[in-house]
Amino acid sequence: MSGKSTMLRTFRVIVMRDLTLAMRRRTDLLTTLFFFIIVVSLFPLGVGTEKAILRQIAPGIAWVAALLASMLALERLFAGDFQDGTLEQMLLAPQPLSVLVLAKVVAHWLLTGLPLVLIAPLVGLQYDLSAGSLGIMMLALLIGTPTLSLVGAIGAALTLGLRGGGVLLSLLVLPLYIPVLIYGAGAVSASVTSIADTQPYLMLLTGFMIFALVLAPWATAAALRISSE
Amino acid sequence: MSINWFKYSSPQTFYPLAGKMTPWFNWIAGILAVVGLYWGFFETPHILSEQKQYYRILFVHVPAAWMSMWLYLMMVGWAVVGLIFNTRLSFMMAASIAPSGAIFTFLTLWTGAFWGQTSWGTWWDWDPRMTSELILLFLYVGYMALQSAIDDTRRADRASALLALVGAICIPIIYWSVNCPDPNECTALHQQSSMSAVEPNIRIAWLIMVFSFWMYAFAIAFMRVRNVILERERNAAWVTELVGRKK
Amino acid sequence: MLSVSNITCSRGDRTLFRDLSFSVAPGDLLHLKGKNGSGKTTLLRSICGLFLQDSGEIHWNDTSIRNLGEDYFREVVYLGHHNGIKDDLTAEENLTIAAVLDGDETDEKQIRIALERIGLRGYDDLPTRVLSQGQKRRVALARLLLTKSPLWILDEPFTALDTSAIDLLQEIIREHIAADGMIIITTHQEVALTAGHAKQLELGN
Repeated sequence: MSGKSTMLRTFRVIVMRDLTLAMRRRTDLLTTLFFFIIVVSLFPLGVGTEKAILRQIAPGIAWVAALLASMLALERLFAGDFQDGTLEQMLLAPQPLSVLVLAKVVAHWLLTGLPLVLIAPLVGLQYDLSAGSLGIMMLALLIGTPTLSLVGAIGAALTLGLRGGGVLLSLLVLPLYIPVLIYGAGAVSASVTSIADTQPYLMLLTGFMIFALVLAPWATAAALRISSE
Repeated sequence: MSINWFKYSSPQTFYPLAGKMTPWFNWIAGILAVVGLYWGFFETPHILSEQKQYYRILFVHVPAAWMSMWLYLMMVGWAVVGLIFNTRLSFMMAASIAPSGAIFTFLTLWTGAFWGQTSWGTWWDWDPRMTSELILLFLYVGYMALQSAIDDTRRADRASALLALVGAICIPIIYWSVNCPDPNECTALHQQSSMSAVEPNIRIAWLIMVFSFWMYAFAIAFMRVRNVILERERNAAWVTELVGRKK
Repeated sequence: MLSVSNITCSRGDRTLFRDLSFSVAPGDLLHLKGKNGSGKTTLLRSICGLFLQDSGEIHWNDTSIRNLGEDYFREVVYLGHHNGIKDDLTAEENLTIAAVLDGDETDEKQIRIALERIGLRGYDDLPTRVLSQGQKRRVALARLLLTKSPLWILDEPFTALDTSAIDLLQEIIREHIAADGMIIITTHQEVALTAGHAKQLELGN
C-alpha cells in the first residue's frame, strides 16, 4: 500500500465528507452568501447612490465584505468536528494532519469562497462596474479567497472551543488579511484605468496563495494539536 | 567562567535573580532618560527655527517606535524558544513583554499624532509607517486577547506563541503591502534611512533614549514576569514558603 | 508492545499522577481504575499522543511515540467520550470515513457485516441523528470490528449500552485479546473483564 495513494484517498474522502455534510445542511451555506450580499447592498444606502462614488468604493467594499463573510464562516470550520469527537479521530489518523487540514480548507473554500466569486457580478450591477473590472474582480476573488480560508484556518484552530471565539477570531485573523485586501481591491481599482496594469496585483495574490498553501496547513495542524490537548 | 544558563530557566531560580536586577534596570533607565532628554532639549544645536520646536517630540517618538518593533521580535523569540524547548519560563517572558510592546506601540501612535497635527496639520494620515504601526498594535492586542481568553495556562501559552510566530511571518508581507499598495510603481521602493540624515548630536540623544527605554522595558518585563511566576507557581513549595515568610 | 515509564501529567496546576510506569504486551488487557478526576482520561490521551506529559516517556516497540509520529497512529484505535460520528451522515458513511481515518482498508461488504454484528442491521441508511444514544455508541463501537490496529484504547466504552450490547462488546474484547491484541480500558461499571491477562491499575491514591 503506497503512502501517497492513501494520502490522496484520505484527502478526497475528507473533502467529499465535508461537501456531503454541507449539502445536508444547506442553510449554513446560504447564510454566508447572503451575509455578503447584504453587506454589499447596505453601503449604497449609507453612502448615497451617486454612480461615480459607487464605482470608486466598489472594490474596497466588495473585498471587505468578502473578508468578513469568509471570517464568519470560519468559526464552523472545526467547531462541529471538535464537538462530536471526529476531530480527535483526525488527529489520530496515520496521515499527516496538515493534509487533512488542507482537505477541510479546500472543502470550506468550495462552500464559502467560490460562491462569493460567482455572486460577484451582482456587485458589478449594484456598483455600475464595467465588464472588464468585473472580470478582474472575479479573478482576484478567485485567487484571493483561498488565502483567506487558509490563513483563517489557523485562527479557527487557535480559538477552538473558546467562549466568544467568534469575536476573538476576527481580532486574530483580520490584521493578517490586510495584504490580500490591499492587492485584491487594488487590482479592481487599477482595472478601471487599464486592465493590463492589474497583472502585478494578480501575481502578488497568487504568490500569497502559494505561500499560504505551503505554511498555513502546517501551522493549523500545530494549532489543532495545541487546542485539543 | 561559564554561567549555567539552564539554571536560570527554572522559575524558582529566576524569580530572585529578576528581583535583584529590576532596581538596577530601573535606575539606569531613569538616569539615561534624564541625560537623553537633557541632551535632546538643551544640547542639540539650534538648527531648528522657533516654529520647529515640536520636532523634539521625536526624542520620545522614534525610540518608542523602535522599541515597539524590537519588543515584538523579543516576544516572538521567547515564544519560539518555548515552543521548541517547552520551557515554561520562556512563555512567561513572552507574555510579560507583550503589554510593554503594546504600550510602546500606543505611545508611538500617540506622539506621532501630535507630530502630525503640528507638522502636517492632521492628527492621522494613512502614511505607510503609521499604518504599519497601527497593524502592529492589532497584532499585540490579538496576542494578549488570545492569551487571556484561554483558561488552561499551557494551552494559552502555546497557542499565543504560535499566533505570535504566525504574526512574525506575516509582518514583512503586511509591511511591504502597506508600503507599496500599487505594485506598478514599486520598483524603486526605498525606505529612506532616517538615521544618516540627521545631526550627530540628535542621533546621540536618540540612542541614549533608546537605551533608557530598553532598560525600562527590561525592568517592567521582569517585574511582570515575577508576578506571573508567583501566580502560576502558587502551589509550589518555594512560593508558599516565600509568601509565608513575608507575612 | 507499549511501555510507559515514569510519566507525570498535570492539568492546570494540579498534578494528576506522578512517575507512573507500566507496560502492555500482546494479549494483555489493562483495566484502569480511579475516582473521577484521578486522571484516567488524561493518561489515555497521553498514551494516544493527544496530550503531552510533563515528564517521562511512552514507547511503542522501543521507539518513543513522539518519534514515530503518524506511524504510531496506525497501531492505535482510540474510543473517547465522544462517539466521533457525524449526525448528518448514515452509519455506513460514518464507518467508511472512520475506517479511512484509522488507516484501514475496508469495503462496503465488511462494513455491512460489522453493522449487522453490532446489531444495527436495517439502520445503515438512516442519518445517525435519528438513532438513540445507545445505537450511536454501537456505531462508534463498530469501528473496533473494522480496524486492524493492535492497541485499543477504550475510555468508558460501556456507557449508554444495554445488556446485549455489553455482552457483545465483552465478546469483541475477548476476541481481540485472544488474537494477541492489546487493550487499555476504563470503566466505572462493574463489568466482568474476563479476557486474557487482565491487569489492573489504580490511579490517584
